[in-house]
Amino acid sequence: MIKKIFFQSIFFNFFFIKEVFPAESGGMPQLNPEFWISQIFWLTLTFGILYVVLSKLILPKISANLELRKSQIQENIEAAEKQRESSVSKIKEYDDIILKSKLQAKNIFKDAREKVLKDINLKKETLDKQIDEEIKKAEQEIYVLKKKAPEKINKIAIETSSEIVKKLIGADVNNSSISAIVDDLSKKNGNKYYGN
Amino acid sequence: MAANPMTQFEVYRIGPEIKLGAFDISFTNASLFMVVSSLAILIIFNLGSKKNSMLPNKIQLLAELSYSFISKMISDTAGSKAKPYFSFIFSLFMFVLFCNMFGMIPYTFTVTSHIIVTFMLAAFIFIGVTVIGFIKHGFGYLKLFVPSGVPIVLLPLIVVIEIISYLSRPISLSVRLFANMMAGHTMMKVFGGFVISLGIVGGWLPLSFSVALTGLEILVAFLQAYVFAILTCIYLNDALNLHH
Repeated sequence: MIKKIFFQSIFFNFFFIKEVFPAESGGMPQLNPEFWISQIFWLTLTFGILYVVLSKLILPKISANLELRKSQIQENIEAAEKQRESSVSKIKEYDDIILKSKLQAKNIFKDAREKVLKDINLKKETLDKQIDEEIKKAEQEIYVLKKKAPEKINKIAIETSSEIVKKLIGADVNNSSISAIVDDLSKKNGNKYYGN
Repeated sequence: MAANPMTQFEVYRIGPEIKLGAFDISFTNASLFMVVSSLAILIIFNLGSKKNSMLPNKIQLLAELSYSFISKMISDTAGSKAKPYFSFIFSLFMFVLFCNMFGMIPYTFTVTSHIIVTFMLAAFIFIGVTVIGFIKHGFGYLKLFVPSGVPIVLLPLIVVIEIISYLSRPISLSVRLFANMMAGHTMMKVFGGFVISLGIVGGWLPLSFSVALTGLEILVAFLQAYVFAILTCIYLNDALNLHH
């Protein structure tokens, strides 16, 4: 039912279109020449003024503005380019300096090392010499002591044996006869104890 | 206001009747919108060119973008020789564009929907281009009607066709703009009328159509101004750089 009313309302509405768009005689107002001259006159006037003002006053200003901006941007780009170039050269300089200083540092290090090595070698040599001398001295002393050792031992042996004999027998024994025996014994066994 | 879709194109007198000799040059609604469009253009571009800041504000950007847009269009179609005619083509494009756009506001009058206006513009362009052609090339400009590389047998026919096509330029140029504007506005009016006649029940469909048509008409308004200007450039190109 509602649908029917809906479609009917749409359908019947078309009958009232004539009232909404009342038929008027005349057709296209564009073809009515009544105001043609007026339109031509006002078109010429307004468009003429528009053209003159735009071409003489406004467009040159816009063009100048654009030119100015363009040149300014160009200038800025050039300045930036220049600065970039200078920065590149500065970086190069900096690199050079760093390279140079690195080389210098290397040289200094090398020199110092050589010096230190020389010092060390010198000290080592003197130390070696000293040590050698000390060793030689000590060896000599040892040699002397070694050489003297059997004699002393023999002496002690003679003394102790004479003491022992005195205590055992109660009589003095001739030292020379004891020493002869000790010598004899030490010669026999000396090699065993002293290695010479 | 009656709802006949054609009544929107009616011209009526505003104020007293002004007579210049035998001619009636009264101020009409058409004149009003010509003045309004021109003033709007002048105000916008004057504001856009007033001060030159390195970072342009919106209106300056608009003016400069329009400037470079037209400038590029001219140099693309007519080459560097067309530079002296830049101001004219710029004014022409802006005038047609603003008249079209002002026509899109409800209850306004579309200046360019009148054949007499568009025809006057087109006739001026046609005469101007022809004069420029004859000044630049003398009678050699007539070579425009004789394309090179055409067999002799076909030549008379081709020349006749070329002359007809040349002479019909102002008509095609003016009728294209006029018909587009008139058809668009009539259609919008008709759909608007449907909305009222179908009422709250069935009016939604034509209303949505009307909305879509408004968008389309704004596009057409721009496009027709562009076409008008670019065809002027092409005609100018023919006159400046004779290729035949």
